[in-house]
Amino acid sequence: MAIKKFITGNFYDEEILFPAVKKVRRAGYRIHDVFTPFPIHGLDKAMGLRDTGLHTAGFIYGITGTCTALGFISWTLAFDWKINFGGKPYFSLPAWIPIMFELTVLFAAVGMVMTFCYLCQIAPFVKKDHFNLRSTDDTFVLALECNDKTKDEEVIAFLNNLGAREVAVQYKETGWWLGRYDKDTMKFEKKN
Amino acid sequence: MDTISIREKFIVPKRYNTIAIALMTIGIIAIATLYIYTHGVKGTEEYKLRRDARFWASLLQNSVYFLLVVNAVMFFICATTLAWGGWQMSFRRVSEAISTCVPVIGVIAGVVLLAICFSDNHTIYHWADKEAVQHDPVLLGKSGFLNKTFFTVWTLITIGGWSFLGWKIRRLSRSTDDNPMDLEGRKKYMWNNTVWAALFIVLFALTVMSSIPWLWLMSIDAHWYSTMYSWYTFGSSFVAGLALITLFVVFLKNNNYLELTNEEHLHDLGKFMFAFSIFWTYLWFSQFMLIWYSNQPEETIYFITRIGNFAKGSPYRVLFWFMFCINFLAPLLIFMTRGSKRNYATLTFMSLLILFGHWLNFYQMVFPSPMINHETGDTHVPMILADFGVALGFVGLIMFVTGRALGRAPLIARNHPFIKESVIHHT
Repeated sequence: MAIKKFITGNFYDEEILFPAVKKVRRAGYRIHDVFTPFPIHGLDKAMGLRDTGLHTAGFIYGITGTCTALGFISWTLAFDWKINFGGKPYFSLPAWIPIMFELTVLFAAVGMVMTFCYLCQIAPFVKKDHFNLRSTDDTFVLALECNDKTKDEEVIAFLNNLGAREVAVQYKETGWWLGRYDKDTMKFEKKN
Repeated sequence: MDTISIREKFIVPKRYNTIAIALMTIGIIAIATLYIYTHGVKGTEEYKLRRDARFWASLLQNSVYFLLVVNAVMFFICATTLAWGGWQMSFRRVSEAISTCVPVIGVIAGVVLLAICFSDNHTIYHWADKEAVQHDPVLLGKSGFLNKTFFTVWTLITIGGWSFLGWKIRRLSRSTDDNPMDLEGRKKYMWNNTVWAALFIVLFALTVMSSIPWLWLMSIDAHWYSTMYSWYTFGSSFVAGLALITLFVVFLKNNNYLELTNEEHLHDLGKFMFAFSIFWTYLWFSQFMLIWYSNQPEETIYFITRIGNFAKGSPYRVLFWFMFCINFLAPLLIFMTRGSKRNYATLTFMSLLILFGHWLNFYQMVFPSPMINHETGDTHVPMILADFGVALGFVGLIMFVTGRALGRAPLIARNHPFIKESVIHHT
């Protein structure tokens, strides 16, 4: 649990959001994240996010699945308990390929979903703090992370200038937690 | 507002045509050499027939392969049109230009197929031998499908139909060039486009995806059959067709044409090649595994002439597994990363590899059976370099015809309703 200070701005239009994101970065502020109700093409590039490593993870999970299937089937059918199926050799690779394929897909799919959930910090019953509930509906919320030297008024004026609305200073929990929104959120607010 | 200057007209470079004509010359020399090499030899009657069949098999393999590949490009246009895809619009004229090869190669393939069908040499198409079929219960049972009349009629309808529908679809596309349409006009245009594309797909389903590979290629192994064969052939030709489109797009990009096409479009073409290489492998494996599993002699014979069995390998096994590696393992491993699908060099390399790999696939589909020596029962791999020379001739022909077609029409269908969708395409 780490509660940090943010300054958030709410954007009503992508055409205002994109130049704003670029200007905020050029001004040297640190963007915590931009929350949008739907995926926006090119926003990751505008924010300067690096490419995800999810594919690499998926490849590793897939290879693990292939090896698990091949290892297990060959151990059981060709070494541990040899059974003659229709006169085929004990080590009958073609017959195993469908199963190796299925396990590859299963491992890759399940592994990637779980990795994705972990990276995005989403899971059943787990909660994350919101900056503005409208980011789940129709507006785009830009959250700037503050540090000791941040001058609030300056940043607020800057964001207002860029076309942001409802600019506010907020103290929010950045990680995920198990619990309830009503009680816990109030607890955070009291802390501040 | 940024403006972009567009070079609409492709001017065929002199060197391009020189290379195309040189390749065609190589092809003609290869055919002539092959003819001399296979005819006028001494030996038994059976040996002479086998030599003659080796010549025609080369023409059959090359003409059918390249015909199916350029026709698959038309299929790509129609499939994306039916799916109301917009992303391919920025290079659609390239696909259209490649598809103008269909009538040209279609005529060649038609002549070769009918010549083989009606010749006295039945080494390639046993079922064309009326005498032998009378004493052959298997071929007699298939004679309703495998007979000269049906073969001729259906071949002519197929090649004529592909050429006509392709011409119609290209003409529809050209009709918009000097005709900026209003909303109603666009709706009408999309409707027309969709209907004609759908007609092509129906013909395609009745031909490439079902009857034509059975008739033209599978009937070489007349006693054997596989219901997956046509899909397998389609997979081969489609992935090679995509490789051909990619090659031309990269070529034009390198010559500063196609300003509106960028890595995003090439990325999608790469994804298509990746996906359909795996699709092809899936069909290859499905066909192989069921035959391997049930292990019935009349079915396994196909793979015994191509791979062999534990007791004795076939001479084609090296070619077979090499083909399998470059058609499956190479696309799988090389096209897996995002960067490789957006890189001109890997795309070009992979496209060439895929075109060659599927050419080899057709090689092992056509040659093993006609090459069987009926005295010993063994097959052999003929001098493949000669066939490769013939293939280069077809490559030159495709280059020449496509280049001419590219020069005739603007490279961008600028009034197509979906053109903007293609310009802003983002993968």
